[in-house]
Amino acid sequence: MTTTTPDTDHQVTPTGGLVVEDLGVTLTGRPVDVVDDIDLVLRPGEVVGLVGESGSGKTTVGTSLLGYSRAGAVISAGKVLIEDRAHPGAVRDVLKLSWKEVRQLRGEEIAYVPQDPASALNPSIRIGKQIVELLQLRGIGTAESRLQGARDGLAEVGLPNDDEFLKRYAHQLSGGQVQRVALAMAFLPKPKVLVLDEPTTGLDVTTQKMVLDTMAELCRSHGVSALYVTHDLAVVANIADRVAVMYAGQIAELGPRETIFAHPAHPYTRALLDSIPHLSQARALKGIPGRTPAPGARPEGCRFNDRCAYAVDKCREGVPELRTIAPDHDVRCIRVEEIGEWDIHRGTVPDSDPSKARDVILSVEGLNVFYGRKRVVHDVSFDLAKGEVVALVGESGSGKTTISRSVGGLHKEWTGAITFEGRELAKSARRRSAEDRRRIQYIFQNPYLSLNPRLTIEQIIKRPMELFGIAKGRQATDRVLELMDQVALGSGMLHYQASRLSGGERQRVAIARALAAEPDVMICDEITSALDVSVQGSIVALLEGLRKERGISMLFVTHNLALVRSIAARVEILQAGRVVEAGSVVTVMETPQEDYTKKLLSNSPRID
Amino acid sequence: MSATTSPPRSSSFFRKALRQKRFTFGFSVTVLVVAFAVFAPHLSPYGENETAGPPFAKDGVFGTDYLGQDVLSRLMHGGQSILVISLLATLLGMVVGVLIGVVAAYSGGWWDEVIMRLNDVLLAFPQILLALVVLTALEKPSNLVVIVLVGASHAPRVARVSRGVALGIVSRDFVVAAEALGERRSRVIVAEVLPNMTGPLLAEAGLRLTYSIGLVAALGFLGFATDPGAANWGLMMKENQLALSTQPWGVVAPVLMIAIFTIATNLMADGLAQASQKGD
Amino acid sequence: MTQVATLPDPLEEVAPPRGRSGGAAWGLWLLRRLGLAVFTLWLVSILVFLATAALGDPVRAILGRDYDSNVAKREQLQGLLNSDHSVLWRYFHWLGGLLTGDPGTSLANGQPVWGQVSSNVLNTLALVLLSALVMIPVAFGIAMISSHFRRRRPDTVIQTILLALAGVPEFVTGILLVALFSTSVFHIFPAVTISSATGHPWDAPKGMVLPVATLVVAVSPYVSRIVRATLLEVLDSDYVELARLKGIPEPVVMRKHALLNAIVPGIQVIALQLAWLAGGVVLVETLFSYPGVGFQLVDAVRSHDVPMVQLLSMIIAGVYVVVNLVADLLSILLTPRARTAISS
Repeated sequence: MTTTTPDTDHQVTPTGGLVVEDLGVTLTGRPVDVVDDIDLVLRPGEVVGLVGESGSGKTTVGTSLLGYSRAGAVISAGKVLIEDRAHPGAVRDVLKLSWKEVRQLRGEEIAYVPQDPASALNPSIRIGKQIVELLQLRGIGTAESRLQGARDGLAEVGLPNDDEFLKRYAHQLSGGQVQRVALAMAFLPKPKVLVLDEPTTGLDVTTQKMVLDTMAELCRSHGVSALYVTHDLAVVANIADRVAVMYAGQIAELGPRETIFAHPAHPYTRALLDSIPHLSQARALKGIPGRTPAPGARPEGCRFNDRCAYAVDKCREGVPELRTIAPDHDVRCIRVEEIGEWDIHRGTVPDSDPSKARDVILSVEGLNVFYGRKRVVHDVSFDLAKGEVVALVGESGSGKTTISRSVGGLHKEWTGAITFEGRELAKSARRRSAEDRRRIQYIFQNPYLSLNPRLTIEQIIKRPMELFGIAKGRQATDRVLELMDQVALGSGMLHYQASRLSGGERQRVAIARALAAEPDVMICDEITSALDVSVQGSIVALLEGLRKERGISMLFVTHNLALVRSIAARVEILQAGRVVEAGSVVTVMETPQEDYTKKLLSNSPRID
Repeated sequence: MSATTSPPRSSSFFRKALRQKRFTFGFSVTVLVVAFAVFAPHLSPYGENETAGPPFAKDGVFGTDYLGQDVLSRLMHGGQSILVISLLATLLGMVVGVLIGVVAAYSGGWWDEVIMRLNDVLLAFPQILLALVVLTALEKPSNLVVIVLVGASHAPRVARVSRGVALGIVSRDFVVAAEALGERRSRVIVAEVLPNMTGPLLAEAGLRLTYSIGLVAALGFLGFATDPGAANWGLMMKENQLALSTQPWGVVAPVLMIAIFTIATNLMADGLAQASQKGD
Repeated sequence: MTQVATLPDPLEEVAPPRGRSGGAAWGLWLLRRLGLAVFTLWLVSILVFLATAALGDPVRAILGRDYDSNVAKREQLQGLLNSDHSVLWRYFHWLGGLLTGDPGTSLANGQPVWGQVSSNVLNTLALVLLSALVMIPVAFGIAMISSHFRRRRPDTVIQTILLALAGVPEFVTGILLVALFSTSVFHIFPAVTISSATGHPWDAPKGMVLPVATLVVAVSPYVSRIVRATLLEVLDSDYVELARLKGIPEPVVMRKHALLNAIVPGIQVIALQLAWLAGGVVLVETLFSYPGVGFQLVDAVRSHDVPMVQLLSMIIAGVYVVVNLVADLLSILLTPRARTAISS
């Protein structure tokens, strides 16, 4: 329990701000905490980043500020204090208001911008109408003033505001445009507090930067306090004034941005930062062993103790308090003073040597890929050497996945030559020889879709062995166990159905399945994009180990430039189906030649 | 860490289904009706065609029918043929329909279009109409003909449903992964696609059974029974229709049996549908 | 554990359709759809003809044991059916007749089939339309009540009753209704449609109540369940949730945001059920001796009157195809996404 600071009420001034005190949310009907002991202060005009991975409870905290909880959960404790407009100087507790008052409050005083842009808008109602709907209902202004307000709002977020645009439906806008409309809708009634729930997930780096800049500018100019809920530490590093890190339903660390990124105190924060790649230097990424505990399954004592590198027996004895170790810097850990300083350059490793000798194993020449009659990839050429990782980088629509699928034989409408060890490959996997199929393996992006949920792990990993005649029966099972050990999956999971595993675990199974075929080339199609950042770190560490031990080459498709620095030796930058720039990672990222590359590099959020 | 084995899938689905109240109720009543249809003929007080009294009299539990036969006894004999024909017709419809639907979904492109257009032609017939049209030219329908007709009227509908379900599975990465490994197409369908369809398919089968019973009884009601003398719930309704106001049981008893049977199978099918939705 | 979102492709920016080109695209789509419907009907005609003419000998079925003895009758019937010509010839002869308005002569009474059918078609249309008019508000009403009590006691009870009713064959419900309201319990409505002086059953409305009620009871449960399911799905959707988070009052949320998106699947289901009614009338009309197409069809099948059966099945199948086409059209018109997709 934190000691209530006497000036809490004074944070809520007549000009805005919000205070959260001791917030707790439990599951309905069960005495299980989803989040608990949450204390937060949002000052007017400031952006607070609420960071956490899946299962941290960050979204729950975000929606609680509006007095809202998802079905199956209920806000059980705490206060959300906001200025009382009717009585200047006094405060109101959102959680104590009648639902009528809460409804009044939502949109007008506390606004919400959701995660998934497409589903936030009603597909059957035109944009213009939806924007003014809120004002219309509250009877604010006249029809003309509302329309004018809508136009102004759209202009503020950098969108056209002519009649033609207002007449459009949601599906006629791009993802970035939809999100900016959502922002415009949120700001129109001039709220005092804004809650944003990962609003840029799924957007391109460039679009993301634009949305973030817009949001930051709006907050500053209108004096709005914002809570930015996200899993992406890099994004937060660029826009937040203060950062709160959440783990398993509690705030682990809270402080100003500079402090959190330069002197993280909590072991979890440090582990998170260790697993994030940097643009400026290659790093040996690491993950955090284990997985985030679900509500009800959390360990005794400090919730992080079963995964913490610094845990001692005392950590299991009781939940640590959130204590202040420096002005405005709170940490929930009993060993902060003992664990020493953190160095951002800790995991740095040298970049791959661009002048190393290359033994080319796979080469792509003059690749043109078609969808029906439409050409989506134009004359792409590159090659891949033994034991090397080549990264295909680009934004959505750049053709990187299309190229990788063509190389893997999953897409057959292409022309050009793909040569493997001197032999040209057939267009579709079915037409290729069994040996070629075996030696080039493909790993998919979404681990929830790439494994047959009905099969057990053993069946999944065994199948390539049986198919390619590598092993059978008892012998195969032994190999499966070996592989599971290599990808750090417990042998007890052998007979688990795939549907029981987490995303990170499933992706490891997918990697093990690929390894079972004993390939020479692995095509990794954004395999970490759907995973938490710490899980991404451990997968990358795994791949790096495999590359060094077995000499497997990899074609690594990603949109994350920082990740490229840590994992790849060479990089191909793609835009609209063409190679814009290519070369060794060091050369391209230190001295980019093309404007597009420079733009990508400058738009990528960075923490270094 | 000790190796743990999760229970085999089929029994866990059954267990999940049992947790749905609708399924347990529907399933138990269905079993009861089936048991009645199978075993009751051995327990009937009178024979199937034995005269028990004057026509439309009140003797016996449910009175007598248009020929003086005991209604209760005829009731006990009348379920067998309906049961067997419905089950076989459902089976036929499901097998053919699933095959068509899954192959169409998996093949995609041009094949899918052609198969589905032909399917639409069959779908243009209300189910009873197809049966009636074919029966026009036949002197007397045999059991096999009825089974094939009812099954054939189910097949296009089952095909449409299973194609819908299969489309959602066929595009998933694990199926693409199997193809990338070079698995035989037949194996992909059997090992990757079909096992992920069991829930919805079972629910559809339950629904089809309900409609089969209705159709077979309807054909009997319209007078197209294969053996005019034998007891048949549908036919009994037609035979005794004239005396509906004086001796209603001759009609109402078989009507209630059909109603109970179809309600039970439909509830069971819905329970299966609910169980399959809660999966994954 | 909440899933971290994957990266979708950003939606392409589509310029809204410019007047003329949009219209042309629409026209083309409509033409294609119509062409498909006509093609389906043509294949249906082949199926109908083959089923009646090629599967067995209807003359033998009619005459039974008299087939060999009654030569005169046999030859008359065979003449009417043109049995001495090939199947192919007979098909095109029949098809030609169908399209020009002379679909053959009845085997039962030697009169042209068309004249005997036309008034019955009207009667059946009246029955179906009346049933649909009653069914739609009933089904939607029940669905809205049920979704209002969502997942609480009243909802579950209503849904279970609907489910039970949905599986019962329509003639079974018909008989039960007759037993209840006509013969055994109450004696309000007639069990059989009394033919009125004008030959139109709607002039004796009491006789139509039970047939209409039977059809409504047979069709409403399914429609109601689908509408409710769609309503609930929409009420749980993200944009409705956002509307609530924006502070919009619940009735407006229900009306403007939810219903609008639930109507489309509702229309599709209604159309499906209307099409189903085309077949459902067969049993209901027979039960109530209602002078409609279904009753006539059963009669024709019993007497193996092939030309009659052929015409009636074409009519019923035709209605089915047309209703489905209209439903398709409506659902596209009401979905903005599909609308703009066609125009572009």
